This record gives sequence, structure tokens and C-alpha cells, in this order.
Amino acid sequence: MLSSTIVPKSEDAVASLVAAAAAQGEKLAIEGNGSKRALLRPVQATRTVSLRGLSGITLYHPTELIISARAGTPLPEIEAALAEKGQHLIAEPPDLAALFGASRPATIGGIVATNLSGPRRIAWGAMRDHVMGIRAVNGKGEIFRSGGRVLKNVTGLDLCKLLTGSHGTLGVITEVTLKVLPAPKATGTVSIRVASLEQGIAALSAGLGSPFSVTGAALLPEGEGAIAHLRIEDFEESVAYRCGKLRDDMARFGEASITMDTQPLWQGIRDAEPLGAEPDDAIWRVSVQPSAAPGVVAALRAAGGTKFLLDWGGGLVWAAAQASEAAHQAVVAAAAAAQGTYTLFRAPEALRGSVAVLPEEMPALAAIARRVKAVMDPAGLLNPGRMRAGQ
Amino acid sequence: MIPLPAPKPEVLARRAQIVAALQAIIPGDGVIGEALRLKPYETDGLSAYRQPPLAVVLPTSTEQVAAVLKYCNAQGIRVVPRGAGTSLSGGALPLADAVVMGLMRMNHIKTVDYENRLAVVEAGVTNLGITKHVEADGFFYAPDPSSQLACMIGGNVMMNSGGAHCLKYGVTANNLLGLTFVTVEGEVVQIGGNYLDAPGYDWLGIITGSEGQLGVVTEVTVRILRGPEGARAMLAAFDSIEVAGQAVDAIIGSGIIPVALEFMDRPCIHACEAFAHAGYPLDAEAMLIIEVEGNVEEQDRLLGWIKEICNRFNPISLKVAETAEESLAIWKGRKGAFGAVGRISPDYLCMDGTIPTGELPFVLKRIGEMSQSYGLQVANVFHAGDGNLHPLIMFDANNEASFHAAENFGADILKLCVEVGGCLTGEHGVGIEKRDLMPVQFTPLELDQMRAIKGAFDPQWLLNPAKVFPLEGNPIFATIPVLNAA
Repeated sequence: MLSSTIVPKSEDAVASLVAAAAAQGEKLAIEGNGSKRALLRPVQATRTVSLRGLSGITLYHPTELIISARAGTPLPEIEAALAEKGQHLIAEPPDLAALFGASRPATIGGIVATNLSGPRRIAWGAMRDHVMGIRAVNGKGEIFRSGGRVLKNVTGLDLCKLLTGSHGTLGVITEVTLKVLPAPKATGTVSIRVASLEQGIAALSAGLGSPFSVTGAALLPEGEGAIAHLRIEDFEESVAYRCGKLRDDMARFGEASITMDTQPLWQGIRDAEPLGAEPDDAIWRVSVQPSAAPGVVAALRAAGGTKFLLDWGGGLVWAAAQASEAAHQAVVAAAAAAQGTYTLFRAPEALRGSVAVLPEEMPALAAIARRVKAVMDPAGLLNPGRMRAGQ
Repeated sequence: MIPLPAPKPEVLARRAQIVAALQAIIPGDGVIGEALRLKPYETDGLSAYRQPPLAVVLPTSTEQVAAVLKYCNAQGIRVVPRGAGTSLSGGALPLADAVVMGLMRMNHIKTVDYENRLAVVEAGVTNLGITKHVEADGFFYAPDPSSQLACMIGGNVMMNSGGAHCLKYGVTANNLLGLTFVTVEGEVVQIGGNYLDAPGYDWLGIITGSEGQLGVVTEVTVRILRGPEGARAMLAAFDSIEVAGQAVDAIIGSGIIPVALEFMDRPCIHACEAFAHAGYPLDAEAMLIIEVEGNVEEQDRLLGWIKEICNRFNPISLKVAETAEESLAIWKGRKGAFGAVGRISPDYLCMDGTIPTGELPFVLKRIGEMSQSYGLQVANVFHAGDGNLHPLIMFDANNEASFHAAENFGADILKLCVEVGGCLTGEHGVGIEKRDLMPVQFTPLELDQMRAIKGAFDPQWLLNPAKVFPLEGNPIFATIPVLNAA
């Protein structure tokens, strides 16, 4: 059980703390504000290190499309600074406070460590695609950097990508540098009422395969059918023009309409609100090729599941159901049958501590993973067991 | 002179036996052992360095790649993977005791799936080959390195290649879904797949851009995108580099992200104009090529706004293409820039640092001063939106002193890039060319950590050794005497 939380105030303090823990063989839980503490497996650590003491934007050059911030900087602070210059975080990271019942906002370090992206991921890439630079402390208490503060950089191995999404198991991220872009001046959505999920996927694929730069493609099941939403973000005139073209084209899939200023709709989809998960439901995310999504939903429905939300053109299936090992096994089987992958995203500790929250890796890759972990964190003291036993 | 590790005498001594063993794995003409036929493989796009390999294998399947790696790993034989051999950093330069593994015979497009917007292609398919295959249906593969006619997707993955349009569409790493990856032990592993963002460690991310250090990629699942309704370019010329840089800042600051934003300096404009007769203004100190996308009205609107912005900086010339043909004419000079410089100088080195765009005027001024003091001409062309600089240093390869001066000039430019907050390479890779400059950008600890990760994939350091990481401090080569390559 966690006995205490330490809040270091500097990168050097993080480094000495980790070095001391390494010397004593002490296991550490690494977090920002702890808003996603319940993500994946429970961490087996005696102490928690919170990065919230390392806060603040350290560099922001709007015309260079670059922002750097210490890991503990709250996401809203970064979003506000960007908004002031008409820019935004490209991957549209979610606010999962409601989903995880967190009282404090996510930090930028936590968002990068978990590689969480919103609806815009389908068009403009994931968080991992926009991490241009990183500073971190490895499991030996050594400070290192990868990448830098420029937009194009292939110098050396890309440890930014290795650390992004590694859930704090390979290093303690202390500062990140992100590519940012101008925020769109307008947002419009074409919504299509479709008779089946298959029709819905066909509509989303047609939208994403159109020349109109769709930046969001989600499917909200309603009974047997669904509502498909396609988002256009750009200058006002372009949004109006392209929404019109898209609506005309989408009429073949069902009744189609245009709504302007749809930020709240997409914010909801980003945060998985339409999923309608009950507080004690387990939540999974299944990644598949979009055409396989209806099969995944059908399989999970047959197993008793009822709540779904499809994003990323259908490539991301959010599913919620009463937490049980049987429900989890149904997801594992459905993802495998669709040649996809899954994450047990939220669950009571008993369930997420006892099942594989992520698929196991092939033996040859698992061996490489163990060796990489041994390089970065030889004593295995950073977030032990967060992703898989030993990772 | 770039030192290479001494060849392993026990490997050199067994050449005939090794060739025979490889022939048993790859029947037919897929193994080359004769000196004359090894010659085409002795260098790549960095042709100043040459070294014939021990042998070349040209596998046609993932199984053959795996079998060759398994054999070489068991025998302690070094392996240099190779695509089309277009690397500008010497990424495919052989070693005397290494087997070059050429993937050009694995050139099939296996799947094209428009509904899921992906294609599965073998490593030896050319970059442009993918786009050619899907363009009739309105799709394209986004990264577009200058060598796209020849370079292969396997090499693009290994170098994380970019191109002129990555300001909007990203580099190779941003356009991949999955890889078939063969470990040095010969194990075939599927990385990612037909879906986005596999949970777990980002193997796709660390392998992309790893320059053949971690394993061999035999198949790639790429994202294919639907092209825009249209695209059109404009040209804006200014009488100073500073002012052109300010115009770039103003465009980005206005919230417009052009799909391409290219910058050329006076020597480059002159070289390109003499070559392509594109109508470039010869009295300009700096010129921008700006491209936008959309339907004709959208193009008109965006180009109109950009024109308005440029007008604030007293351009000496502004030309908006009215048609697709005029667009092509504007691009013609830029696309031929390397060839154009090749016409005015027998040889040139193409550098590839990245800088924060705000440092552009300072960096170009310093490069001008260096050009004076080295007595070598330089032409600058660069991706202005993302700060990726390509100074072309002209020299004479038949004159050793000229070549060494060019190398030193290049190294000074790259050091300057790091000094102002940038990096040694934006898209060409470290290879052999920038290997010994790595300590300029990384601390010994950072280099050691990267070496250890390389070692986690390739414990014997058999894969593309002597590239990327300086030999000094290398756990395997430290005790081996070094030879010169050139």
C-alpha cells in the first residue's frame, strides 16, 4: 500500500530521489496529479512521487509551433496559454476526470506518459506524434534528454516515442516539448442517421476518404442503428463549403444534417461521455481496423455488453459493461478475432490486478522489452507492474 | 576520413564458406560474392565513402531474411541492411566483413484497403510506387523525400524520412500503422497492425528512424490518405533573408499552415533558375514557395491572405500560380535544386540540420561568413515551416583539400545548428556522416543509454555497426584498431 507522497520541486530533486530509491531497492509509483491512477494495473510501490511540484511553461514560441512545459503543469494551464495565441494541442487529449473520478486536472506529463489522444487523432496524429523533445530521469537517477525543440529531428534513437505511452515505467518524465498548431477558426459537423453500425462505418470511411479533411469521425449507437458524426475544422468559409459537400455526399447513407459550433459534442466524445458508463462499470478501449468494429460490437453484445462509443472512424471502440472476468475475456476474444488490440481502461482493482489489461507480447518482443526495461530501470523501481507484470 | 572498425579476420577468412551457406538459404541468383558484382553495393548516396562488402544477399521473402539473420547471428557476421541505397548520410555503407542485405527484390504491394485507408507493402517498394499505385483512386502516401522516385519504404522507415510536405502531413513515423520486423536472432515479429496506437511500449516509434540498428523491416503497413481537391503554389521574393524570415513568421502566426513552405537563398535561386528556367527573380536575396490546398475558391482565399501578409514585407516579386501548370513551374526549380547545384559544381555535400525558425537570419549570416573563410560556395534551400535546413556545400572531389574543407564546413554548420537549439539531422539520418558529431548534441550518458538500447535489440552489435554511435566509447569496438574507409 502507498504510505506517502513526495513532491519534488526540481528535476535534480527527482534525480536524487530516484537514485536514493534505487540504492535502497525502494519501489516508486510515479504520477502527476494522480488523475489516471486507476488506469491499467495497480502499481506495487511503497512510495508515490508526484511531479506536480514541477510546474510551468518553460518556452513557448507560437511562430515556431513549439511549447515546452514541466511535467507537472496542469493541462488547462497549457491549453489556456495556447488559446491566448490562437493555438491548440493537436491530438486533443481527453479530460478523464469524470471517468476516473479525479478531483485534480491531468498534467501534461501524465498525458504524454499515457499517450492519450482525442478524436483529432484520426486526422492529425496521436500525442506521441507531437512530442518533439523530452527530459526525464531514468531508474538509476540519471537525467537524460531526447529530441529537442525543433519540429524535425532524426538524431539518434527516438526515446521520445519510447517514453510516450510507457506509463512511467522507463523513466520519470520531467519536461516535454510539443508541436502545436493554430486552432481552427470554425467547427462544423455533418451528422448522419444510419440504420446499422455497418452503414455507419461505411459513412465514416466515405467521409475520411473524401477530399474534405475530416478531423473527427465518430459513431454513437442508438438502438439497432447509430448516428455518425463527421467533423470539419478550418476557416469559416471552408467549413461551410466542405460541410455542404459532405452532407450531399452522405445522403446515400441516411438522413444527413449540418450543425455549426459543435465543440461541446466533440469534447464529449473526446472524454467518452456518450458511452454512458455507470460508476462501477469496467471500461475497455479496443483498437481495430474500422471495418472490423461492427463485428467487435456484435460479439460484445452477444456476451451481454450494451454500451459502446466508436471514435477514430470506427478504429477505436469504447465499451463499458459490468466488471467481470467473463466480460473481460469477451473483449480479449473480440479484439483477437478482429486482429486488433485492447486496453482494460478502467476497472475495480480486483479485476485489473488479476487479468492482462493489455495483450501479452510475442515472446521475441517480450524478451526485448525485458532488456529495454533493464537498460532504463535496472532495479525495476518505476511504476512496477503498471502495464504488465514486470513492466 | 571516417574510421571504421577493423574487419573480423575469422569472417574474412571464411568468405567462400559463408557465401555457400547463404546460397543454401537463398537459391538462384540472390547471393553475390564476386568482387566485380559487389561493386554497385560499395557505396550509397554519400558516394565519397566506398567499401565493398563481404557478400550481398537479395532475399525475396521475410522467411529468407529471417534465415539469413539467424545464420549471421549464430556465426557473428555483421549485416548492413539496404534499400535503394539513396541514403545521404552513408546509412548503407558496407563494412568489409559485412553481408549487405538488399531488400529491393521484396517489391510487392500486398494489400490496398481504401475503406480502412491503409496499404501493406514490402520493404523494397519505392516511396513513389505507393502513391502511383493508389493515385488513380485519389489517394496518396504522404511523406515525399526528394529521392522518392528511387528510395524504398523500408529505408524510409529506417531513416524516418521527411519531405517538403511534412509541415502538414508529418514524417514517416506519423504515417505508419505496422511493421513486420525481423530481430537479429531471426525471429519474425509483428509490430502494430491495421490499427492505431497499440498499447504497450511504442516499438513502432523506436524502430522508425533507428537506421538499421535494431532489426530488419520486411513489410510495412502505411496509412494512405485521400488527396485534397486541389493544390496551388505561389512565389514570394524579398530583398533580405531577415525580411523573408519575418514573412514566414507572419504567415504561421496568422493561423494559416500552408502544406509546404520552402525557402531558397540567392545562390540557390540562381542555380535553380539556370537549370529549370522557372522564372525565379534573380535580384532576390531570398525566395519562398508557398503551397496551399483545397478547391479553387479555398486556394484563392488562402493565397489571397498570404499575398496580403507578404505585401507587408515589401516583396520584390509576388507570383500566384493561376493554374496547376503554373504551380508545377514554380515547383520545378525547387524540385531540381540538388541537380541544379550539381551542374554548377562537380560535387556537393548536402547538409541537413534543423534550427528553431527564429534563428534563421543569424544562422544564414554565419553560414555566409563560413563560406567566405572556407573559400567554398554554399547554396541554401530549406523547409521554412519546420526549420529543416539543407545547405549545399560545393567542392571538388578530385581535390582532397577541397573535400576536407567541405567536410569541416559541414561539421561547423551542424555544430551551429545545435548551438542555436536545433539538431544535427532533420531527415537524412546520422549514418556514418554525422556519427562523430553526436557528442555535440548528446552527453556521454545519453549516448551510452542509446547504445544500451541498441544492445537490448542487438547484443552482439552485428546490425549496421559503426553507424550512428561514435566508435569511441563503444562497448564492442572500443578495443579494435580502426581503419580509414575512403
